[in-house]
Amino acid sequence: MSEQRPTITPYPDGPLLVRGDIDLRTADGEPIERRRRTVALCRCGLSTIKPFCDGTHKAAGFRTDD
Amino acid sequence: MSLDVRPAALAAPFRPRGPLSEAVLARLTGQPGQPGDAGLAALADRALTETVDVVRDDDVQLALFALFASSYGSFDQFEADLEWDGELIGARRQLEADFEQALRAAVQVPALPTSTTDAVARALFALTAQEGGPSLSRYLAKRATREQVLELLVQRSVYTLREADPHSWAIPRLHGRAKAALVEIQADEYGGGRPDRVHAAIFAASMRGAGLDDSYGSYVDVVPALTLASHNMMSMFGLNRRLIGAIVGHLAAFEMTSSIPNRLYGDGFRRLGFGEDVTDYFDEHVEADAVHEQIAAHDLAGALAEDRPDLLPDIMFGAAACVTIDGWVAQQMLDAWHDGGTSLRVPV
Ligand code: FES
Repeated sequence: MSEQRPTITPYPDGPLLVRGDIDLRTADGEPIERRRRTVALCRCGLSTIKPFCDGTHKAAGFRTDD
Repeated sequence: MSLDVRPAALAAPFRPRGPLSEAVLARLTGQPGQPGDAGLAALADRALTETVDVVRDDDVQLALFALFASSYGSFDQFEADLEWDGELIGARRQLEADFEQALRAAVQVPALPTSTTDAVARALFALTAQEGGPSLSRYLAKRATREQVLELLVQRSVYTLREADPHSWAIPRLHGRAKAALVEIQADEYGGGRPDRVHAAIFAASMRGAGLDDSYGSYVDVVPALTLASHNMMSMFGLNRRLIGAIVGHLAAFEMTSSIPNRLYGDGFRRLGFGEDVTDYFDEHVEADAVHEQIAAHDLAGALAEDRPDLLPDIMFGAAACVTIDGWVAQQMLDAWHDGGTSLRVPV
């Protein structure tokens, strides 16, 4: 059975959910530890645990066009 | 194996709070009835007739808690053979009927959105954005004393040492994408294959780190009826197939009111000098529940409403019930602390 290709799914007014085997890296190329199978990447820019989402986009009223 | 090697009936794991819970505990622990005992149906009937508020009734909520605990297998003292005992199940159904009716009367459900994934997700985010919960987390972050943050752990232990279990009852009752979404969330709740990362185990470690007893049920005697009611509500929604919409809505609202409050709880524990062994649980939930809330709103509740529009009213009811009852629990704690007291029946 071949590995499913990884997916990145935008959720309306919220983060990008990443499923599947991908490496996350910092700007310097350092690996970022991934602690769960599905991760949410912040796209509002306001999370305190970037690159992951911490739910702050809700209180900030972040809106996307989807 | 013959029946006579069974151990003698064990003492109940917590104390009764009235004639109904006393009889239920005696029955669940296999104590033989006494001649002249009123039947469970009659005791349940009397408790329900006499109570002024079934949601805050200690005897009723403790009886329900014990009956559900029998299904979870929470206590070795409750005999496995009695899980489906006709009289116990009969009493549970009597109590559930009145409890559900009281919840439906008390909970204001917002106007129903259309049955599309997007509209339902938006309605759920709107509903949970109004909740009063963060005031408890803000208080924890800024002002709570050491005793008060320990009380929070004690209050939460009734659910959190069994975190995720009430919602797992829904898995076989769902199909297709809603089932896949629930399993995606629950797999993460249960540690993604790592026993030490099971959320209930992380919470147990936090309790130990704070010097509290992490064995399940050790604080049942000290929590008020409302705390039991909040857990009983989830158990009732989860264990009754006809309430599948309500347990899904409950999970969505629960996840949506979690990541920001957990950051604030973590801040409170850090402020008071607790270490990472205690804050790990809260920090884990900031990241985890920001993932779960998206899956729960869109892929679970939204998709279920689209696939089964008949369940939409209960999805919204379950979500509103979560926000309402957990708001009452939080308010009760804040009120007690405001008056300089404890939110527990007996301080620990
Ligand atoms: S997208 Fe969630 S905090 Fe930025």
